[in-house]
Amino acid sequence: MSDIKVALIGNPNTGKTSLFNRLTGLNQKVGNYPGITVDKKVGHSKLNKAISAEIIDLPGTYSLNASSLDEDVAVQVLSDKTNENYPDVVVVVVDIENLKRNLYLYTQVKDLGIPTILAVNMADQMKNRGIDIDMQSMESLLETKIALVSSKQNKGISFLKKLIVDYKSLSTVPCFIDEPSVLSKIVNTEKKKHHLETVRRYQFIKSVLEKTYSQDPQNAKDLRSLLDRVLIHKYFGYLIFFTILFSIFQALFSWSAFPMDYIDSTFAGFSEMARAHLPEGVFTNLLAEGIIPGIGGVVIFIPQIAFLFLFTSVLEESGYMSRVVFLMDKIMRKFGLSGKSIVPLISGTACAIPAIMAARNIENWKERLITILVTPFTTCSARLPVYAIIISLIVPAEARFMSFNVQGLMLMALYLLGFGVAILSAMLLDKFLKLETKSYFVIEMPNYKLPLFKNVAYTVIEKTKAFVFEAGKIILAISILLWVLASYGPGKDFSHAKEIVTQNYPDLNEEELNAEIASYKLENSYIGIMGKTIEPVIRPLGYDWKIGVAVITSFAAREVFVGTLATIYSVGSEEESTIKDRMRNEVFQDSKKPVYSFATGVSILLFYAFAMQCMSTIAIVKRETNGWKWPLIQMFVMSGFAYLTALIAYQILK
Amino acid sequence: MKGSTIASLQKGERAIIKSFEGIDVPLKLIEMGCIEGNYVEVLQRAPLKDPIYLNISGTYLAIRIEVASKIMVERL
Ligand SMILES: Nc1nc2c(ncn2[C@@H]2O[C@H](COP(=O)(O)OP(=O)(O)O)[C@@H](O)[C@H]2O)c(=O)[nH]1
Ligand SMILES: [Mg+2]
Repeated sequence: MSDIKVALIGNPNTGKTSLFNRLTGLNQKVGNYPGITVDKKVGHSKLNKAISAEIIDLPGTYSLNASSLDEDVAVQVLSDKTNENYPDVVVVVVDIENLKRNLYLYTQVKDLGIPTILAVNMADQMKNRGIDIDMQSMESLLETKIALVSSKQNKGISFLKKLIVDYKSLSTVPCFIDEPSVLSKIVNTEKKKHHLETVRRYQFIKSVLEKTYSQDPQNAKDLRSLLDRVLIHKYFGYLIFFTILFSIFQALFSWSAFPMDYIDSTFAGFSEMARAHLPEGVFTNLLAEGIIPGIGGVVIFIPQIAFLFLFTSVLEESGYMSRVVFLMDKIMRKFGLSGKSIVPLISGTACAIPAIMAARNIENWKERLITILVTPFTTCSARLPVYAIIISLIVPAEARFMSFNVQGLMLMALYLLGFGVAILSAMLLDKFLKLETKSYFVIEMPNYKLPLFKNVAYTVIEKTKAFVFEAGKIILAISILLWVLASYGPGKDFSHAKEIVTQNYPDLNEEELNAEIASYKLENSYIGIMGKTIEPVIRPLGYDWKIGVAVITSFAAREVFVGTLATIYSVGSEEESTIKDRMRNEVFQDSKKPVYSFATGVSILLFYAFAMQCMSTIAIVKRETNGWKWPLIQMFVMSGFAYLTALIAYQILK
Repeated sequence: MKGSTIASLQKGERAIIKSFEGIDVPLKLIEMGCIEGNYVEVLQRAPLKDPIYLNISGTYLAIRIEVASKIMVERL
């Protein structure tokens, strides 16, 4: 027997994801709906010994009248019988404390004629909120079966599974039947009609709840009002928000420093091992010089990305993020943004792609467009490895300023810089973009919840995994390509490197000779020729041709920078040393001065802070703005600005 | 005299939603329960007076003054 197809649907914050995690455990995967990048989560669940279910977690939605891309997905899946995800049974998840609003979606789903189960989640709150439900009459009024569940305490899940197994016995008739009213003849617009229907659905829900639901008002809103008093206080609110941000960034740098160093040296060790134990040859070289450093360049991200996802998911899940949106809306509007732009701007510190997608929640098109255009200025985690390695080269680890770690402060300054430039460019865009739009803005202020450890853990694991594999594929491919380009070259300068060098430097000892040959070869390899070609353009920024190569490859994705240098510096060198040591020892060929001086370091930092170097971001901006116009403008403006600031900084500091 | 709107309510005041001025009130808001006959309570205004944090018949949400001033209410 094939799996029962189950769709989970519900308003945001009803605990849909928690329930999904309970039902499926780690047996789930995140994909995309064809053509659009809305997360599609599918998992499997064993319902009993014989039967299992394929469960799909639809994006949270308030109604089936799609007003956003996310909501559209839910509508498409449920209303089209030929859709590959069309379910056998729908589970509508509602929050026991929010039945009135949550049931609105339920009555709409029920209209579709699919067997429907109502999962009343957060049942653990019943006692302390003084809630009482007459289950039997509610079931009959709503024409369904109800499962009282608590995803938090893992209660009621097996009963829900039983209901799913018996889905064929569920009713498929609508529970709300709209009287053919005289009114519908006199209202003309679609919107008015819809408005009236909404009113009547709410009347129906109200009548159901009056008969079946009671709550002791005494217990209602203690925690909410208590926390709100502090968290959105006119002074403390901001103070708390900025303290949280500051601590996150300090923590981020100091907590991930150790694992990152460890990963760096471990991968250097792996390369060494491969060389020591494998027979000499092309394959060993590819492994030790291309693949292993390439993978290392991805793995090194994991600590920082995971921490960022950890912090953002805790802020979201606890309900705190909505308060920040509320606090910041008016301020953000002064810059042409919305309070809701805070979420993209903060998520942008992990990765611009989900961040730009998060901008979908912004109702006003102009505010949304500006958010999309400026978000890539925020410091995404792909920039972190570049920042981390450059900062550690130009600032000593023990440096302290007022007892703060200077490396950490410098990183923080770069974050603020990205943020500041994002805000400033938003302000400019607001002035010059001529778009007439109305400023709709609605945000739910959810109940405060202690985030479930399991949810947070899954989010962190899933997102980190997705990121690492996505970025990993690109980085690995580029590392291999680079290695090939660096290991072969045209003409006899490359193939006769040994003879040429031996002739030119007859009195070098063997070790010096080998090093000289290796670097001569690299210079005349394909990659060397490419780097040399652009050297005149980047020399004024303080870069040599090797950095030039890294800059070129970084236009695929910034994180490739370190990997590229790792590959370039390790081609042909035998001894084990970390990439950082190799960078420190690099000198300009002509002047013999160290390449990674303070001036060049700052110039690289600025270039990476501002340039638009990420193919995936360009692709997502194209999708979200429906065309090439905005992503191209964005790319040229950002990269031009980057070049200019890097140039100025280097010329002043050198 | 023009009637009161949500925007004119003080913190802590409760009122009943009466009607909408124009059709500029977003559908999403209506679907979240902002409909005629439901009660609304102003819980707080943001530090810069805007947006307004409301309890509409048990649903907690925030809207901007621009929209709030289009929703006519009767004080309780
Ligand atoms: N008390 C309680 N909290 C829950 C329960 N299920 C989920 N939550 C919390 O409710 C919040 C929203 O949950 P989530 O699964 O992300 O909701 P979604 O937006 O519908 O996917 C999180 O903070 C959860 O920890 C439950 O059964 N009881
Ligand atoms: Mg969710």
